[in-house]
Amino acid sequence: MSSLQSLDIARRSATTTPSPQARRAEREIAKLIDVSSCIGCKACQVACMQWNDLRDDVGSTHGTYDNPRDLTPQSWTVMRFSEVEREPGQLEWLIRKDGCMHCADPGCLKACPSPGAIVQYTNGIVDFISEHCIGCGSCVTGCPFDVPRISQKDNKAYKCTLCSDRVGVGLEPACAKACPTGAIHFGTKEDMLDYGEERVADLKERGFEKAGVYDPQGVGGTHVMYVLQHADQSQLYAGLPADPHISPMVGFWKGAFKPLALAAMGLTALASLLHYVKVGPKDSGDGPPPEPLRPSRSS
Amino acid sequence: MHAPADVIERYAYGERASHWLLAICFFLAALSGLAFFHPSMFWMTHLFGGGPWSRILHPFLGLAMAVFFLALGWRVARHNVMNANDRAWLAHAGDVMAGHEEGIPPAGRYNAGQKLLFWFLTLCMVGLVVTGFVFWRPYFADTFPIWLVRLATLLHAIAATGLILLVIGHIYMSIWTTGSIRAMTQGWVTRRWAQLHHPGWYREVTGARE
Repeated sequence: MSSLQSLDIARRSATTTPSPQARRAEREIAKLIDVSSCIGCKACQVACMQWNDLRDDVGSTHGTYDNPRDLTPQSWTVMRFSEVEREPGQLEWLIRKDGCMHCADPGCLKACPSPGAIVQYTNGIVDFISEHCIGCGSCVTGCPFDVPRISQKDNKAYKCTLCSDRVGVGLEPACAKACPTGAIHFGTKEDMLDYGEERVADLKERGFEKAGVYDPQGVGGTHVMYVLQHADQSQLYAGLPADPHISPMVGFWKGAFKPLALAAMGLTALASLLHYVKVGPKDSGDGPPPEPLRPSRSS
Repeated sequence: MHAPADVIERYAYGERASHWLLAICFFLAALSGLAFFHPSMFWMTHLFGGGPWSRILHPFLGLAMAVFFLALGWRVARHNVMNANDRAWLAHAGDVMAGHEEGIPPAGRYNAGQKLLFWFLTLCMVGLVVTGFVFWRPYFADTFPIWLVRLATLLHAIAATGLILLVIGHIYMSIWTTGSIRAMTQGWVTRRWAQLHHPGWYREVTGARE
């Protein structure tokens, strides 16, 4: 996808030196999706397709209104419809707009081996720079939310860009613009948290005692947040993880193991050299064998 | 062949060919793998035509390495079974590494260090192939649950590190013990080499002639 100017890149995949830090005054943005106001009309899906020029293949249903059934390289946001009976006889139709959460501590960026293929801008957006993508799928391994999708056609990873190109010129994301009920809000992260708290207060007055804003701290908070009627049971919303965090296996693989492994290799090679210098070659020399050959016991 | 008279054949052509094919594939798979492992080595993807090509080729190179390893390992596995003599040899490992010759229990075709190398290499190879399949995109990774893909990714990196460390040691040993590389390129060793480094094997190979 497009990239903002390189001065606006806060973090870069597979890069061990600091990114430019001159510009830090920019405020972080966020998208707040109020699930309680969503009617599942999918205008957001259509707007995303239209702005990004995406067209997905026709699939098959699995008995819900989900269409398409899953995120794909050509569908960067999908509505997930969950029919939930929290108490017997009380059906709730929970509709969640799924897509990249734009984590403050992105698992995809941590796992990616290709320098600059995944970047995090100073405004918080996490973007894929496709020209550097090698199609390895490490981003899928690193993401706690199962978001990135690798295309079978071009072996590149794709996901929601939070309309980085629109935001970069001062517009709101396409989905926010298209939403007919105003369930998708866009602004600074501060303002979105404030507005979220207002919505939560309203929901609590209406009897949703456990309403809350979903801004998981396990990934450092996210730049896509939800207002949930039942924030204590996020799993009800098509498996939204309750405590998402980067897997410790990924953390170790991309963390301490790297310098440890390299040090081990370097030291082994160095030790070999020092051994040779100290002990010298093990040379059997020329000439006949040192002992007369004794016949083996069996002969 | 230009071998002098009165030498002993240690490796037949099939063994030598398998070994070098395996070594080449290891080298290429290791370089492409290391390129993904650490950003400081990502430049090595240029050796393979770039990032995407490295990603495409690495699993095939690794698989080829494993196939050639199987071809060689199958033939030499029975010579690498550990026995009581090996434990005695290992107790003198310090003397061996210091270059002392006297008092070391006689080694057979392969000494205990080589046997341990063989089994650890086998372990790493099996680990790499099994874990490699689990996160091989686009063909196989989607059939496995994500927790298994994460575990396989980590174990693959650990097994690869282990393999690289073993191979560094193996290459050094072949340089340190003069005559070893010629054994694997031309196939023969001198009687003196055999008597000194693998007396048990020397007796086996020549004992019947006396």
